[in-house]
Amino acid sequence: MTSHRIVIKYPPRVVDKPILCNLAREFELDFNILRAQVSPETGGLMVLEISGEPEKYKAAMKRLNREGISTQMLSKDVLWDENRCIQCGVCVTLCPSGALSSDPATRLVSYDPGKCAACEYCLRICPVQALEVHF
Amino acid sequence: MLEFLIVLLHLHGIPGYEPSEEDGRAMAKTIEEINEKIKTGKAVVVNAEEMIGIVEEKGSRGAAETVDVVTTGTFGPMCSSGMYVNLGHSKPRIKAGGGLCTLNDVPAYTGFAAVDVYLGCTALPDDDPRNKIRPGRFRYGGGHVIEEFVAGKDIRLILDAYGTDCYPRKKLETLVNIFDVNEAVLFNPRNAYQNYNCAVNLSDKTIYTYMGVLKPNLGNATYCSAGQLSPLLNDPFYRTIGLGTRIFLGGGVGYVAWQGTQHNPTVKRKPNGTPEAPAGTLAVIGDLKQMKPEFLRGASFYGYGATLVVGLGIPIPILDEEMARFTAVRDEEICTQIVDYGQAYPDRIPETLGEVNYRELRQGRVQVRGREVPTGSLSSYPMAVKIANELKRWIQEGRFLLSLPVTHIPGPESGITFKPLQERPIEDHLELIGQEGGRR
Repeated sequence: MTSHRIVIKYPPRVVDKPILCNLAREFELDFNILRAQVSPETGGLMVLEISGEPEKYKAAMKRLNREGISTQMLSKDVLWDENRCIQCGVCVTLCPSGALSSDPATRLVSYDPGKCAACEYCLRICPVQALEVHF
Repeated sequence: MLEFLIVLLHLHGIPGYEPSEEDGRAMAKTIEEINEKIKTGKAVVVNAEEMIGIVEEKGSRGAAETVDVVTTGTFGPMCSSGMYVNLGHSKPRIKAGGGLCTLNDVPAYTGFAAVDVYLGCTALPDDDPRNKIRPGRFRYGGGHVIEEFVAGKDIRLILDAYGTDCYPRKKLETLVNIFDVNEAVLFNPRNAYQNYNCAVNLSDKTIYTYMGVLKPNLGNATYCSAGQLSPLLNDPFYRTIGLGTRIFLGGGVGYVAWQGTQHNPTVKRKPNGTPEAPAGTLAVIGDLKQMKPEFLRGASFYGYGATLVVGLGIPIPILDEEMARFTAVRDEEICTQIVDYGQAYPDRIPETLGEVNYRELRQGRVQVRGREVPTGSLSSYPMAVKIANELKRWIQEGRFLLSLPVTHIPGPESGITFKPLQERPIEDHLELIGQEGGRR
């Protein structure tokens, strides 16, 4: 079993296709939708947690790309700039998924993209704008 | 020495504080002796965190004999901060005084002579929506301008003036940077709070405060102090930190200019001398041209406003055993009050939800009204360590000498307290003027 948090973007022409349903049926993948939005200008965007057999996951990603749907790991779209971060720790009690945490011994803040739910709350609450989201 | 004895006599009379009986008989060093050691590279300098272990191992007497200087540090949002700049005279000349000035669209205060302006870190561009749609973002304000200015970036200066015979120009638009201007000085009327509240929210809705976002029904708690590394918590009675004390400010050298505004030294104290609530403050000043953007960071508090995160470090000379004992204070020995920012703080209700120490706060959870509440810090402890270590390096390299205060800032014996505003109706005053038949 493999599990990944990914961002998929699809053009307006495929908005009406049952993309996720097909992924589940054909490739036996489980998915959890963390976020979904559709806009007339940019098309659709979904943040998903997908899990399943590694080979089937790879094949599914290939299929999506062939259909003109871009896929990217969430960790490449949500960026924590360690140099901008001042290591205060004000974010740690507010990050709902626990992706931002602080080591009780060193008091250093760290970001775990594997836990990020892409809610973007950190963009508003980080005083020094150390987080960026590039969807 | 006489001064030291006078201070000791004062301290023995402070409610709550219990001086050690050893202190009066301890060996004493002078600042001159310590500076001589610094110049010859023989001074023993440690940070306030390291001092804890040294006093534990050697006792306060042994530590006082071994250690010459303890460095402290803090790095947190300090809203009473700003810079003043002398822009240099344009041709033809313009008088900013009485006119309007913006730096990257952020308004600066012009009520001085021709080309001196002061930019406060909480100032916002006129077109910032502020909290019109709550909560506002406050992405760019005076603090951000200061960070960019210190980083050497060009800043858009716009001046509107009324024009005089000697200063005829009425409009000036130009780029300026820190290298072009004459003086650029950081002058902060209130920094380095000696202790600060732990903030929670008892209300049933999320609130947006200078203590960060506070979730409803005790959803989280925030605090803001470097605790055992914080300057004034390591010299609780301001024996060595006073007017003229040379300090680390924003990555450069600065000085204590005065006690800070809202200085409140008479707060109740623990037997170790540390106040149980926000107490002393410092006004500080320093040459901005020496400073670094790493230690002066523009910041935005969601729903609250813009500010500046200031890096400040103060060296404490270990003159005697009492100073060794003060500088060995630990997080678990420093307490603060838990305050409800949902109602008690905004309505100025003097109510505490209990006391908590900094060890508990740093461990990530505290008990409030029987509930376990997660804690987050606004002040950066890792940066405070970095500042204390940077200052330590400066002293070890002989680049930074210590100074005793030119004069002391008011201590607990002064009786000074932080007064609230007593509002008085203006109408009464106007009636009085009418009765007297004219303006007084």
